[in-house]
Amino acid sequence: MDPRRIYAIFLRQMFLLRHNWTRFSNIFVWIILDVVMWGFITKYLNDVGNAAFNFVPMFLGALILWNFLIRVQQGIMLGFFEDVWSRNFINLFASPLTIGEYIVGLILTCIATSVLGLAAMFILASAAFGFVLFQFGTLLVPFIAILFVFGLALGVFTAGIVLRLGPAAEWIAWPLPFFLQPFAGVFYPVALLPGALEVIARLVPPSYVFEGMRSFLFFGAVSAPSLWIGFCLSVFYLILAYLFFTSIYRHAVRKGRLVRFSAEE
Amino acid sequence: MLYTGLARHSGMHMTEAILEVTRLAKMYDQALAVDAISFSVHRGEIVGLLGPNGAGKTTTLNMLLGVLEPTAGTIRIAGFDVHKERSRALARTNFAAIYAQVPGNLTVFQNLYIFGLLYGVADLRARMPGLLHEFELDAFRNTKCGLLSSGEQTRVHLAKATMNRPRLLLLDEPTASLDPSAARIIREKIRSFATDDGMGVLWTSHNMHEVEAVCDRVLFLSHGKVLLAGDPRTLPQAHGKQNLEELFITVAREPLSLELE
Repeated sequence: MDPRRIYAIFLRQMFLLRHNWTRFSNIFVWIILDVVMWGFITKYLNDVGNAAFNFVPMFLGALILWNFLIRVQQGIMLGFFEDVWSRNFINLFASPLTIGEYIVGLILTCIATSVLGLAAMFILASAAFGFVLFQFGTLLVPFIAILFVFGLALGVFTAGIVLRLGPAAEWIAWPLPFFLQPFAGVFYPVALLPGALEVIARLVPPSYVFEGMRSFLFFGAVSAPSLWIGFCLSVFYLILAYLFFTSIYRHAVRKGRLVRFSAEE
Repeated sequence: MLYTGLARHSGMHMTEAILEVTRLAKMYDQALAVDAISFSVHRGEIVGLLGPNGAGKTTTLNMLLGVLEPTAGTIRIAGFDVHKERSRALARTNFAAIYAQVPGNLTVFQNLYIFGLLYGVADLRARMPGLLHEFELDAFRNTKCGLLSSGEQTRVHLAKATMNRPRLLLLDEPTASLDPSAARIIREKIRSFATDDGMGVLWTSHNMHEVEAVCDRVLFLSHGKVLLAGDPRTLPQAHGKQNLEELFITVAREPLSLELE
């Protein structure tokens, strides 16, 4: 891998973000709205529950972590879409750039945008609703690592879907995390799910994060092996997503779909 | 025209093959788009790849650029196999095509800088002012490419295509959207790249006067095959035609008459 070519992909996205407030504000607007809305919902729940239980860390914490996952997925996806929208594939892939370098470049972009989004959510939630960032202590590291790697996997997978089906498939990429949300146990324990759905939930890495978060808040402890399972599953899905994307890319080069991408064959 | 045939008369040795294409073929489902063609482009040589629409020119260029996988055959650029040593081969080539515009939402400088990084241009930041000046783009340094006229965009594409001083330059109708004066300037520039820097150039165009003026050699493609090859100034007479345009029309309408010769 050539670091200059990886940097080129990262820099392209940074140029776009730096000089366009519409793009830059996209990093913050939705997550701020979400935090504000859920912040007031949790305040209301605290009021009606007569403060017997503090909903802020559970609901707002879950919401922030879930939004972080979505930001990571969209970070990859939007970087890829920029090349779809500007019909830039021939310019990029007729250069010495490899597919691995392209993906790593998008991952670097995504780290920058998702960290900014995460910081904004933490600051707003703590300033407006008393959310304490470090209440999870060092557990934040595995929580964020699992969600980050799984978000990358989702982003690379959705980019592969669009590469295979053409620009018209863009709509599929946006709601994909929401298809997984019921199984991720973001706001409720996965034990509430019926048997078969609970099995599916065990295959969804974020479920280990949100189960761990609740376990910490209720019992003050988290099962380390379950976090390792969540992390290993995330890495496994990222490898699968990368293999999926590269096989779709090779298929597109073989069939001529890369050079006729906008024709949506 | 001063630039006409400079390479032919300069005594430049054109022995080193920059591009070697051997029995290259591409089949889409049941349709054979390119049919086992073989040709080469040498150092300092400008070769015209001609043929009617659908003859297989763009398919061939896409295979040379590694964005379309051949069904059979090999492509070597500066000795590197495009399929097996893709990055090395493509680092020694570059291209400009009317259908491959650089992103319109980045400025001229940003686009060229990014492609400079992708192509591994040495001392990139120091080279940028000279590159902008060479293609008369200084005034448009901070202008988004989508706001440029077609002539200015062509200059950006050529700056991008030559910034890594490629051994092989692929041009798909580079002057198609230019007025005659701008087209002549661009032709002179490309001619000088071949003559002074020894670039091998593969050029597609539908402007036969341009091809006659610039190309050292032409290849006529028809139905995916190389039907004719030779010097664009002598080839028409050799086939009983007045000029290259007349020969082109014959290739397009009655290729069999040439095959049977």
